Amino acid sequence: GTKWGLGGTCVNVGCIPKKLMHQAALLGSALKDAQHYGWNIAQPVHHTWSVMAQAVQNYVKSLNWGHRVQLQDKKVKYFNLKGSFSDPHTIRGLTKAGKETIVTAENIVIATGGRPKYPTHIAGALEYGITSDDLFWLKESPGKTPLVYYPFILHLYEIIVYISLTDDPQDVSLECAGFLTGIGLDTTVMMRSIPLRGFDQVSLKQMASLVTEHMESYGTKFLKRCFPTKVEKLESKRLQVTWKNTDLGTEETDSFDTVMWAVGRAPDTETLNLETVGVKTNSETGKIIVDASEATSVPHIYAVGDITEGRPELTPTAIAAGKLLAQRLFGQSSELMDYDNVPTTVFTPLEYGCVGLSEEAAVQCYGSDNIEVYHAYYKPLEFTVAERDASQCYMKMVCLREREQRILGLHFIGPNAGEVIQGFALGIKCGATYPQLMKTIGIHPTCAEEIAKLHITKRSGLDATVTGC
Amino acid sequence: SVQAHKEDKPQKLLEMNGHTPVPHSYDYDLIVIGGGSGGLAAAKEAAKYEKKVMVLDFVTPTPLGNSWGLGGTCVNVGCIPKKLMHQAALLGQALQDSRKFGWQFTEEVKHNWMTMTESVQNYIGSLNWGYRVALREKKVTYENAYGEFVGPHTVKATNKRGVEKLYTAERFLIATGERPRYLGIPGDKEYCISSDDLFSLPYCPGKTLVVGASYVALECAGFLAGLGLDVTVMVRSILLRGFDQDIANKIGEYMEEHGINFIREFVPIKVEQIEEGTPGRLKVIAKSTKGNQIIEGEYNTVLLAIGRDSCTRKIGLDKVGVKINEKTGKIPVNDEEQTNVPYIYAVGDILQDKLELTPVAIQAGRLLVQRLYAGATHKCDYVNVPTTVFTPLEYGACGYSEETAVEKFGEENIEVYHSHFWPLEWTVPSRDNNKCYAKIICNIQDNERVIGFHVLGPNAGEVTQGFAAAIKCGLTKEQLDSTIGIHPVCAEV
Repeated sequence: GTKWGLGGTCVNVGCIPKKLMHQAALLGSALKDAQHYGWNIAQPVHHTWSVMAQAVQNYVKSLNWGHRVQLQDKKVKYFNLKGSFSDPHTIRGLTKAGKETIVTAENIVIATGGRPKYPTHIAGALEYGITSDDLFWLKESPGKTPLVYYPFILHLYEIIVYISLTDDPQDVSLECAGFLTGIGLDTTVMMRSIPLRGFDQVSLKQMASLVTEHMESYGTKFLKRCFPTKVEKLESKRLQVTWKNTDLGTEETDSFDTVMWAVGRAPDTETLNLETVGVKTNSETGKIIVDASEATSVPHIYAVGDITEGRPELTPTAIAAGKLLAQRLFGQSSELMDYDNVPTTVFTPLEYGCVGLSEEAAVQCYGSDNIEVYHAYYKPLEFTVAERDASQCYMKMVCLREREQRILGLHFIGPNAGEVIQGFALGIKCGATYPQLMKTIGIHPTCAEEIAKLHITKRSGLDATVTGC
Repeated sequence: SVQAHKEDKPQKLLEMNGHTPVPHSYDYDLIVIGGGSGGLAAAKEAAKYEKKVMVLDFVTPTPLGNSWGLGGTCVNVGCIPKKLMHQAALLGQALQDSRKFGWQFTEEVKHNWMTMTESVQNYIGSLNWGYRVALREKKVTYENAYGEFVGPHTVKATNKRGVEKLYTAERFLIATGERPRYLGIPGDKEYCISSDDLFSLPYCPGKTLVVGASYVALECAGFLAGLGLDVTVMVRSILLRGFDQDIANKIGEYMEEHGINFIREFVPIKVEQIEEGTPGRLKVIAKSTKGNQIIEGEYNTVLLAIGRDSCTRKIGLDKVGVKINEKTGKIPVNDEEQTNVPYIYAVGDILQDKLELTPVAIQAGRLLVQRLYAGATHKCDYVNVPTTVFTPLEYGACGYSEETAVEKFGEENIEVYHSHFWPLEWTVPSRDNNKCYAKIICNIQDNERVIGFHVLGPNAGEVTQGFAAAIKCGLTKEQLDSTIGIHPVCAEV
């Protein structure tokens, strides 16, 4: 039953609330660090969900408001109606009550995005589970029963997040599990196969593993290679989950306060009536097929964002594609959207930022003999005094081996990964090469400078641990 | 003799100058005077090529008797402790923010200076130790002794106990760095501290007057205030000379709005002790730079941060003919870090017209050694070196400031794109929504190439690094526009 205002997924149930709750969790770590840096904080310290949730929800509402004001200022007519096609140039909008409004247009852009999937084949999934659409709007903590008291942070509630194999490049699920753990909830992640599918995998010790390894040491529990078979409600109002452990071949159960599904997102196209007007979708994914100019199979009907086939599901690409489309339609521009080398960041407790090719993709594209991978394990200076474990702080750069040594991909796990990667994404857009990077002097002391100092190759087999100073 | 000057052929030069040639078998291939960022990087690199290397490092105690181990300014009394204390201050802010994000704990949160300082000093100690081990492993000879030239190819090393030894080498690298300058007024050396003392101060500095407007002054004032201390900054004229002034003023404004007092256009003329103690009480008398007005103030600590002087005047450079800029003490070098004496090189903060930054010294030192011993030809690229000032609101920059761009290219030939931004993490705790700022300066005549990058906001260093790499690749505005942002982060602005 959760709903929200104008702005879409990112603003309401995606990037924005996610990053804010991630920040709340990071601040929990900061509280711990602060003691090492001389700050005296009396115990106990605990986190109140409702304070955070209300602050986040208020901010999101201000963004909804901001969008409405902007549309008004720019004289864009806004209808809070559910739209579908009547014919190629006509949209039928319906209110909740069923009242109809008909609008015609010369050009139409479909940008309906996606919604979380429910594993409807699992009994009780729909009735008892929540998704990210609900999580950020919960008024009270996703748990109700006090369980264990720890000296520093009260672990009050138990939540389980189930993620399956997902093609979703934004692993919202791991991010959610990450911040839920960080604010003190007893969180378990159940996964059928491998985490962050589509991201860098290569060997066990690679980006996805490092991210989940960190989460494990951070306190998140993992049930790997398991999948749920049913969810039932107990008298105590808690939920009982039954699952199959594929490694052991056994069936297990446990009870939780909340079950959250993060099994991927499905494009919101079913109710649009696309078949009537001839807009073609991919039969497997349900996404709308578009060409390089964002046009669908019907010339004056376009689509941008998560709903389009073969595009990254990211806010900034949707924004850029939308803007460029408008400029081509009305502004005499001919510039097409460049979907190559789009940087992205997963905001898990230890963040993972990347741009360009993964190691596997590079190997697949060029052959392992033709690429060089430089890597390093580093320790952020701030971790030293805080006595934090930096085992998963890692970076690697994939380059072409021949002459120029152009940089194909950059991967960074560590604090502020997004801030670190952004500028390098620009460099890659400019065709940056390894020698150019080596000529760039580092800023000291930062984590990012280690990128400009990468020199140990995977090929050499040497220990890749670097010391800052 | 121009030819011999360009070539580093010690034997030839001496013969040409009519001196008796020094025997070919020197004690060392390379003696490095100064065990800081530049010196150690060069020494370790030279050892890779199996050269016989010696490092002489010695810290002359501060007027208050303070000293430290191997590693130079950055490790001991610069970048490292500075960033850690800056982090301590940021964590104080994080504590306040966290309440708005739902964290609950007692209202009163106090900072313990000793806990922080001990942790920081312990970490530094581990770095000192690490360097000693690294040098040993690489078979670089290290002596904790004061090195000075006494004649061609010869240095005298004097240790703590006054024991003198002479060493000869084919080549020398001067990397002696700088030390804080004093005001030259009554009471300065007796009662004031400098950054050389601050990071290991065995007591909380209390109410502090910071004299100066350098990045050292502002960074220190910034974190001291962040830890809860009463801080005043006394500035003679402008803030952050040499940096983009538009940004410098924003930094100053931010600090003022966050509780740091500024006394502008005054200089101290006398410091007196009212009461001894740890800390004691000091009286500072200051005079206006614009008239005759005199003011007085009382502080627990006075921190001088008015500049740094090169350690080049007492190392016997005259004995070997190395020319220095008499006024500034800095050493002019060619683009291969060579002084006017062919077999003597220099890197780091002591170089004339070069940036005083650790990574620059390290890069220059390494490349120099690669050229000397590995047949390499790469020279250190001093253009578009990025830097970050770790004030409470951090400032990252690369390339031209707005003023220097206007001066060099003309106002009509540059375009400045700018934007205020509100970090997402600041929204919930209702922190300033119009203070963070980013601007890029483009050269219209060169395809709108980005020639200056400036960002004022959290994690400015992390943000700036990648942009510096892009600028090195010749980034243009068009390429910047076509690069997708990562959402939601500050850098996407």
